[in-house]
Amino acid sequence: MSSAAAPMTAIESLRARIERIAGGRRRAKSALAFGVEALDERLPDGGLARGVLHEIAGGGRNGGDGPAAALFAAGIAARTKGKVLWCLSRPDLFAPALAQAGLSPDRVIYVEARDEKTVLACMEEGLAHGGPAVVVGEAARLSMTASRRLNLAAEKTGSIAICLRRWSRPNDAAEFGRPTAAATRWRISALPAAPLPVPGIGRARWRVELIRSRGGETVDLELEACDASGRLAFPADLSDRSAAPPVERANRRASA
Amino acid sequence: MVLLGREKNRRVVTAADGLARGQGLRVGMAAARATAAVAALEVEEHDPAADAEALERLALWVLERFSPIVAVDGTDGIVVDSTGTDHLHGGEAAMLKSLVGRFAVAGISARAAVADSWGAAHALARHGAEPVFVAPHRHGAAILKPLPVEALRLPPETAEALRDLGFSTIGDLLNTSRAPLALRFGVALTRRLDQAGGRRSEPIEPLRPAESITAGRNFAEPIGAAETIARYVGKLVVMLCEELQEKGLGVRRLDLLCRRVDDRVEAVRVSTARPVRDVGRLTRLLCDRIETIAPGFGIERMTLVATLAEPLAPAQKLAALTDEILPDVSSLIDVIANRVGEERLYRLAPVESDVPERSMRRIPPLAPETGETWRPDWPRPSRLLRRPEPIETLALLPDHPPASFTWRGVRRRVRAADGPERIFGEWWKRDEELAAVRDYFQVEAEDGERFWIFRSGDGEAAETGSQRWFLHGLFG
Repeated sequence: MSSAAAPMTAIESLRARIERIAGGRRRAKSALAFGVEALDERLPDGGLARGVLHEIAGGGRNGGDGPAAALFAAGIAARTKGKVLWCLSRPDLFAPALAQAGLSPDRVIYVEARDEKTVLACMEEGLAHGGPAVVVGEAARLSMTASRRLNLAAEKTGSIAICLRRWSRPNDAAEFGRPTAAATRWRISALPAAPLPVPGIGRARWRVELIRSRGGETVDLELEACDASGRLAFPADLSDRSAAPPVERANRRASA
Repeated sequence: MVLLGREKNRRVVTAADGLARGQGLRVGMAAARATAAVAALEVEEHDPAADAEALERLALWVLERFSPIVAVDGTDGIVVDSTGTDHLHGGEAAMLKSLVGRFAVAGISARAAVADSWGAAHALARHGAEPVFVAPHRHGAAILKPLPVEALRLPPETAEALRDLGFSTIGDLLNTSRAPLALRFGVALTRRLDQAGGRRSEPIEPLRPAESITAGRNFAEPIGAAETIARYVGKLVVMLCEELQEKGLGVRRLDLLCRRVDDRVEAVRVSTARPVRDVGRLTRLLCDRIETIAPGFGIERMTLVATLAEPLAPAQKLAALTDEILPDVSSLIDVIANRVGEERLYRLAPVESDVPERSMRRIPPLAPETGETWRPDWPRPSRLLRRPEPIETLALLPDHPPASFTWRGVRRRVRAADGPERIFGEWWKRDEELAAVRDYFQVEAEDGERFWIFRSGDGEAAETGSQRWFLHGLFG
């Protein structure tokens, strides 16, 4: 991977040809790195690809409400520039929490749609426009057709499309298992935080699972939740609780 | 205070305010009697021309804000065709409430009703029991039965003659055979009955501001296909934008009125967050809504009216050499706002309040950036329940979080907790919150899920709250 300067080998040129034939989806523009090496390394573009659809759901008993998933999405949005369009049909998102994940209230435009169909339509409108850097939509159902349309709209402009899957009944959770055209599918669930030497609660911990990744491998990691600038971190050693290990920027493959 | 006017050869009271009515004064009373009955009566001359002018100004105001088809109804009313525009105000009931509320702010007390026909709405607004009333769809004539015959917009002598014959309500008229009625009172009566019941159409001739910019086109052969409509919309927008350019204006509200061969007017309204005179954007906004036009047997005239136009000066797009230019989202805002309604598209700005539910306010999506944010010191949950939900707890000490709690039927043991964060009631806003206290805790359950719970009250004094526990939010 560090041989960027070397002339293209035969296998690389073949890969490029295959990608061209496959429709150029993986030639994707750029990606937004997470800054967590264990995660970026396993993603095919070295980060969260721009111009495609990503699905995020919550896990655990609160999975349907997905408080961690919402914050994960907010963390992604916080690390981009420009406006963020957040389409929802159940207005229970609490904006101060998004601000605490680094997403300034000036950047977020909320669309409170009447139903999920409108949520998806507004998402598509936002993606096709290309003005918002990230378009987030909260929906329980996402059909193959709807996800393809979102993908195509995102591809044209390079905005990041995020579908937050949520449900109110446990039966609806099965919807999340259906196939969609999303490039990646994540599940974020809460984990007990590392115990503190004093009473209180430490930084939240998430189990970040990449269940599906087109052209990539799955990931299952234990990470520390978004900080004030929307960055995840690898949990520090329990003995040394200072902070996350410094990210070696020089080694990062991604171009953000 | 009363207004005095001339009716034939008598000076009579033509209007009386609430105070005067309380003194026993009535409309139609002789002037001499009224002035004799109340000593300190304030009297003004009735000026019908000024009234009509004021009513028209009010109608124009409604036109700018609520719907493209608005007309003056009689001497005391305004009729609005809200088809296809009520969703922009959050539905019919919400629209009426906002309309009457805004009138009230301006010192005008108004009654309003929504119904399927002009006649029915007229009757319900003036003679219905409720000041704000939304009739169910396809109500027919039955809903009008208890209303008096005067509600039918009949000449006063006809109404009087009906009363003489013993017809007091519309229901009485509906229960009688029509032929004798038509013979006795002419077709005017049966026509009014049909119009009120929605069996006969009654077009509204929409009011237009005098100097508004319009572009129109007549069709020799009525058009009906969506593609044809779209093509002519494109042509009209070009004409309109040329005129706007000349005058240095941009539109905020744009109405497309399609007059059908059966004399009905189908209207489409689009609004923009900022003045616009971009041909492509305006065409796009109008074409998005073509599906809401029912062409019927064909459209013979299409008119495009810039109902609300504001000055639009050319602006420099490239601001600086070094700054990264963030894309303009105003065109996207317009497209989405016309789809879901303006008030459903917003940004949130912080409000100085410790009470979580009141800590934000909605601002328009394109409002200038405030640069403000919430205080970062206490963590806030990413999902806030609409209403705090009561939980069953097992609490140990007043100052401590509960050891376990049951929410929505699931029991969770508390592994760790942070708090309390004490929030006091805002007594300067509401009297009943003088002593109110909430103690918020962030608790982590065994499986790592975090919740925001609070106790209503400080754990000791009864006046601070019920001392019961509630769950208010979920942390990410």
